[in-house]
Amino acid sequence: MDITEYIQLVFTDYTLRTITLGTAVLGAVTGMLGSFAVLRKQSLLGDAISHAALPGIAIAFLITGAKDSNVLLLGALVSGLIGTFWIRGIIKKTHLKSDTALGLILSLFFGFGMLLLTFIQKQPNANQAGLDKYLFGQAATLVESDVLLMTIVTSVCLFVLLLFWKEFKILLFDADYTQTLGFNTKFIDILITSFIVLAIVLGLQTVGVVLMSAMLLAPAAAARQWTNSLSMMVFLAALFGAFSGVVGTAISASQNNLSTGPVIVIVAGVFVLFSFVFSPSRGLLFKQIRFIKNRRDLELHKTLAFMFHIAETHDDVSHPHTIKILNNFQGYTKSTLQKLVDKKYVTLDGSNWSLTSEGFKTASNLYNQQMQNNE
Amino acid sequence: MTQKIAVQVDDLTVAYNYKPVLWDIDLEIPEGVLMAIVGPNGAGKSTLIKSILGILNPIAGSVSIYGKSYEKQRSLVAYVPQKGSVDWDFPTTALDVVMMGTYGSLGWIKRPGQKEKKAALEALEKVGMLSFKSRQISQLSGGQQQRIFLARALVQNASIYFMDEPFQGVDATTEIAIINILKELRKAGKTVVVVHHDLQTVPEYFDWVTFLNVKKIATGPVKDIFNDDNLTKTYGINYKVSIQE
Repeated sequence: MDITEYIQLVFTDYTLRTITLGTAVLGAVTGMLGSFAVLRKQSLLGDAISHAALPGIAIAFLITGAKDSNVLLLGALVSGLIGTFWIRGIIKKTHLKSDTALGLILSLFFGFGMLLLTFIQKQPNANQAGLDKYLFGQAATLVESDVLLMTIVTSVCLFVLLLFWKEFKILLFDADYTQTLGFNTKFIDILITSFIVLAIVLGLQTVGVVLMSAMLLAPAAAARQWTNSLSMMVFLAALFGAFSGVVGTAISASQNNLSTGPVIVIVAGVFVLFSFVFSPSRGLLFKQIRFIKNRRDLELHKTLAFMFHIAETHDDVSHPHTIKILNNFQGYTKSTLQKLVDKKYVTLDGSNWSLTSEGFKTASNLYNQQMQNNE
Repeated sequence: MTQKIAVQVDDLTVAYNYKPVLWDIDLEIPEGVLMAIVGPNGAGKSTLIKSILGILNPIAGSVSIYGKSYEKQRSLVAYVPQKGSVDWDFPTTALDVVMMGTYGSLGWIKRPGQKEKKAALEALEKVGMLSFKSRQISQLSGGQQQRIFLARALVQNASIYFMDEPFQGVDATTEIAIINILKELRKAGKTVVVVHHDLQTVPEYFDWVTFLNVKKIATGPVKDIFNDDNLTKTYGINYKVSIQE
């Protein structure tokens, strides 16, 4: 199946269209909110919340006996919120560090959820099959109403984000200061956290409990590499998230038996990898290139400075000197000399070198330039 | 001379767990002084500021700003936190951080406009950082970051400034630049309270001092109370400084 054929199918095939739209919206909202989680250094919170949602799904099923996805997600929401507030409580009331609190709640709730799932599987109720789909998610179960719900939540989230943009930003940067300005930081905090919980719960059906946190973190981590502005970061994270959803769905739909959730997460992971290597300002590749280039420039400058100190002692700055003197200077190589000649700082005449007037001027300014660069 | 009292603290006691960090602090800060709070590590200097500002909840005691509760007088007070208390890799620019100083007067939801931007630019100029306005904050040196924090407080145009170790990790040039701004604030009739570590510079920089070590040891004009006796009481060792007159 080629790409044009596939794109045509996305618009005509009901199931494919629903899944593509659903994963795109989900990727956008989790990417958007994930930026806040990453900047608050609460990256693992998403993982804890999604795992904490599992018992809620099981309990909702036990109470209603039906597999209506909205009811199950409501259960997930409640237990996800309980987990979140317990984590905050543990951090506040005990001496435990946040990673310990997160790990504790994550495993406790997940363990309890698994216990309930196995209990449900032993029930005679024929309806119970497929509840374990929430572990790794199954995008194929998405229907139009699910996508509608996701879109509504995303719109509300976007609206609130724009409305309280200033407050979110200052809280993320400096919470204590925000409080002294008279803002109710607890309210802003709860607002952000609640939306993060909501976004995670919405994604459980598609991506599942285990992989959900990647949807939150990967697009945000990738976006941070490309920009130094918060609004741009949030926008890019939403874009990367949506794109991961669309591409992930396409890959899993064109191959047989590839589960959509993991594919989406891997696509998002590729975004992260690409960004870590190729981002112009923060990427590893350009950082290394800049590092090497700087070293070379410095070597060149050191050699030029050494020549400058020799030439300085003569009235005529272009007085020729033998190349042999340079052998005393550590770091001197033939190629650096050649580079200085190429830059017209130095002229060669047999076994002698002499500084040009331009080379002399550049060398005498080197120290000042160094100062300016540090500014 | 009768001076108005800018900040009054009564019977303030603060504890994090069981052990009190501040014990029964009574403190009056007269209007228009440039005051240093000195004391050893763990003496509760930052805690005192944070409690006055309502960031921490005291176990007992009360704080008033010009005779009214802090909640009512918030707009008169500006805070410069410790530089290390925030993540400087946050994706934002120097100007943007300074603009945050205007958020309090804007209140909820309303966005900063041209007026706020102008005020922020003026504050940046005052601290000598105007040419760095578009710089990503992680690319600023420690001293420059401290100046940005100071500019953010200046934008608030407050009457009382609380600063938590503004001289920490800054070079001599920045230190002089900062102290000159603080002295200017005092000249304009503002009250400035600074958590300070370098005892040598106290007589040169400040006109008022509070010695703190869980309890308040002493408070008053530097020329009257900055002496070996109080230093020894505060630091628990036989401390000798010579104050040049």
